[in-house]
Amino acid sequence: MDTRPPPLIEALDMKKSFGPVRALDGVSARFEPGSFHALLGENGAGKSTLVKCLMGFHAADSGTIRVDGEVRAIGDPRAARAAGLGMVFQHFTLVPCMTVAENLILARADLAPIIDWRAERRGIDAFLARMPFSVDPDAPVIALAAGEKQKLEILKQLYLGVRVLILDEPTSVLTPQESDEVLSHVRKLAEAGLLTVVLITHKFREVRAHAGEVTVLRNGRNAGGGKVAALDTEALIEMTFGARPAAAGATRTERAAGGDYFELRGISALNDRGALAVRDLSLHVASGEIVGVAGVSGNGQRELVEVLAGQREAERGGILVAGQAYGRSRAEMRALGVYLLAEEPLDSSCVRTLSVADNLALRDFDAPGFTRSGWFVDRAAIARRARDLIARFGIRCAGPQARIDTLSGGNLQRAVLARELSGDVRLLIAQNPCLGLDYAATREIRGRILEARDRGAAVLLLSEDLDELLELADRVVVMLDGRLVFATGRAQAEAAQLGRHMSGHSAAVVAA
Amino acid sequence: MNPGEIGWWGVLLAVAGGAIRISTPYLFVSLAETLTEKSGRVNLGLEGTLLIGAMSGYGVSFLTGSPWLGVAAAAAAGAAFGLLHAAVCSLPRVNDVAVGIALFIFGTGLAFFLGKRFVEPHAERLPVWALGGWSDVPAIRSALDVSPLFFAGIAVAFALRWALANTRWGLIVRAVGDNAEAARTAGFAVNLTRALATAVGGLFAGVAGAFLSLSYPGTWAEGLSSGQGLMAVTLVIFARWGPLNCFWVSLLFGGAAALGPALQSVGVNSYYYLIGAAPYALTLALLIASSSRRRRLVGAPGELSINR
Repeated sequence: MDTRPPPLIEALDMKKSFGPVRALDGVSARFEPGSFHALLGENGAGKSTLVKCLMGFHAADSGTIRVDGEVRAIGDPRAARAAGLGMVFQHFTLVPCMTVAENLILARADLAPIIDWRAERRGIDAFLARMPFSVDPDAPVIALAAGEKQKLEILKQLYLGVRVLILDEPTSVLTPQESDEVLSHVRKLAEAGLLTVVLITHKFREVRAHAGEVTVLRNGRNAGGGKVAALDTEALIEMTFGARPAAAGATRTERAAGGDYFELRGISALNDRGALAVRDLSLHVASGEIVGVAGVSGNGQRELVEVLAGQREAERGGILVAGQAYGRSRAEMRALGVYLLAEEPLDSSCVRTLSVADNLALRDFDAPGFTRSGWFVDRAAIARRARDLIARFGIRCAGPQARIDTLSGGNLQRAVLARELSGDVRLLIAQNPCLGLDYAATREIRGRILEARDRGAAVLLLSEDLDELLELADRVVVMLDGRLVFATGRAQAEAAQLGRHMSGHSAAVVAA
Repeated sequence: MNPGEIGWWGVLLAVAGGAIRISTPYLFVSLAETLTEKSGRVNLGLEGTLLIGAMSGYGVSFLTGSPWLGVAAAAAAGAAFGLLHAAVCSLPRVNDVAVGIALFIFGTGLAFFLGKRFVEPHAERLPVWALGGWSDVPAIRSALDVSPLFFAGIAVAFALRWALANTRWGLIVRAVGDNAEAARTAGFAVNLTRALATAVGGLFAGVAGAFLSLSYPGTWAEGLSSGQGLMAVTLVIFARWGPLNCFWVSLLFGGAAALGPALQSVGVNSYYYLIGAAPYALTLALLIASSSRRRRLVGAPGELSINR
C-alpha cells in the first residue's frame, strides 16, 4: 500500500438541486488526512448527495472541491478515483458469478488485456496478507455472506489504491459484532495514517464508537460538527434533529398474550440455488404478542417470509393459523386476517406501474364494497378509500392516481403499511419494516406495529436491527443458518448476547 | 468387410458422421448466443443472421469462385447484423427479445430477397478434409469427411472459454452481463461492451450460415436454417453458458438430426418425418428435464431479461 499520507479533501459551499428539491444548500466539509470522519444526518439530509458530488456521480450546481488545497473539477467517477477517492455503496457492486479474485482485479484501470493469473494471484495474496481482514480469493461471490461481501467491497477499494474511503451506511447488513470488527479494522488503517475514512451513518452509536470527527447535516445544510470527543450524544441528537422535540419511544403497554394464533411446524425450504435455506424451523406466536426474529440477512429470513407469503413452496413442514392448516390462498388471508410487510416493498408488495390507489386496493378490490354486481370494479370507491388512507397514514404523493414508484422509500413503506394495517389484522408478518427509513418514519411505523399488537394481532417481526427488536418484541428468537438457535423473553433480552448468537460465536463465548 | 454387412453399425456410423457434419452450425450459433448472453442480452435474431450469412456466403462464393471469401463475407454480414441488433437495443426502453424477433423476420426476408438470383446457380463449395482415407469402408470414409470449419468451431469454443476467464475483455463481458450496475460503477461502458459481444456473436452466426450454404447441406434454398438459430437459445441453456459444453450439446443435437437420414440409409423409411423431429423433441425433453420450479439456473447471467 502507498505510504504517502492521504490527500486533504475539502468541499466548499456545495449546492445541488433535483428539480424543486434542494438536496444540498451550501454544505461545506473538510476531511483531514488520516481521520475517521462521520457524516451524520437523517435520510434526506444530503449526506449521500454530498459524497456523490465528491465521487463525480452528480455534478454540483455550484461549489468547490479542493484536493490538497488545489481546486479540482471531479466530473466523473474516474476523476474521483484519480484523486484517491473511493466509495463503498449500500448495495453491493460485486459481480455475483465471479470469484473474489476476479472481482478484485476487475476494476483495475491498468489491467493487461491478457491476464497473467499467476502474477495477479501473487499480488492479491500479498495484498490480503497486509490487510487486517481477508476473504478467500477463490470463493465465488454468490456464496459469500453479507458480512463477507461488505468486507470484500472495502478490500476492493483498498486494492484499487483508494486513499479516501467513503462508506455509505455499511453496517446496515452486518451484526453489531461484524460491523464493529470491520469498522475497527478500517479505523486502524486510518490511525496508521494510510487512509481517510468517511462514514455515512444515522447511527449515533457508530459515531461515538469509531469516529474521531463528525459533520452533521440537516435539510441540506451544515448543522454542526467537530471532534466527537468534545460532543456528547445529546448535542449530536440536537444537531441532527434540530430544535424539534425528540419523539418519545413508542409507548408499549404490557399485556398478557392470548392463545397461539400462528404456528410453524418444522418448516424447511430451499433458496433459489437449491440449497436448504430454512431448516426444520418451528415457532408459535400468540394473539397480542410480537415475536422478534433476529438475524443477519441471508440466514433464511427471506426464504421463510416468501414461504409465508405464498411465493415459495416449503419442502416440509406445516403452517397453522388459528389452529388450521394454512394454504396461503387469497380467501384464507382474508378470512384469517393475515397481512404481510415484506422487504423491498416496491418489488415484493406493489405493482410498479399501477397508481397509489390501485396498489392500496390490491388486497380487496374484488371484495364486496369495491365491486359492483360482483364483476365490475368500483373505481370511485377505490379512490375514496385511497384518499382516506393517504390522509390517515400521511402518505406524501402527488395524489391517489400517482404511480406508486414515484413515492420515496418512507412514503412507499407507509402506503404498504396503510394497505396491510387498515384491515382486520389478526396476523402480521413484517420483515425489516424500517430498513433505510429516517428517524421520524421509523418511529411512526414501529408505533403502528405496536398498535396492531395492542389490538390483538399476532406479530412475527423479522429484523436485522436489534434496537428495533428490543424495542418492540415480547419474545426474541435468533435465526442462524436457517435454524432458530436461541430464544429469550423481552426482560432478559440483551443486544450483545443476541449479537453473539446471530454471528454463531455463542459457543466460543460460553467456553471463554 | 462388405459394406452391406455393417447394418446397424452403419446407422451408428452415419449418426456419428452426421453429428460431426450437422453440429458445426449448431456449434457456431450456440457460441454466438453464449457470448451475447454472457454480456447480458438475448439475440433471438440469430436465425435471420444465419440466413443472411448463408446467402452472402453463397453469393460471394458464386461471384468470386472462392468459398473462403464467401465465409469472410458471411462473417462480415453477420457482424453487421449483430451490430444492428446491439444498436437498436442500446436505445432506452427497447426490449432485446422483441428486437431479436424483428431481426429474425427481417433477416429471413432480406436473405431471400437478395438471394433470389443465387437459388439456381452453383457456387464453389468449401473443401472437406478426408480423414477416413485409412479405411476401405465407404461408410467410415464418408463419415470422416470433415469440414475445416468443424475444427475451427472447436478452436473458437476453447478460445472463448479461455478469453472469458483470462482476458480483461472477458471479465468485462461477464461483469456487464451479470451485474450491469456494478460494471457501470467500475467505469465500464455497458452498451459498448454488449454491442461488441453481440457483433462478434453475429460474426459467428454468419460463419454458421456460410457452413449451411457452402458445406452441408451445401446449397442456397428456402428453409435452409430450419430453426437452428432459434434453437441456439435452448442449446445455450443446456450448455449452462459454457463454451465447451456448447460443443458437446451441438454434437448431441447434430446426432439427433442425423438419425433420420441414417435410418433411411439402411432402408428404414417409415416415420421419416417423425424421426426428423428428433432435435426438436430433444429440445423439449431437455428443457423440461432441466427446469425447476424451485431453483434458478446456475450460471445464468444475472442481467438476462428472460431470466428475471
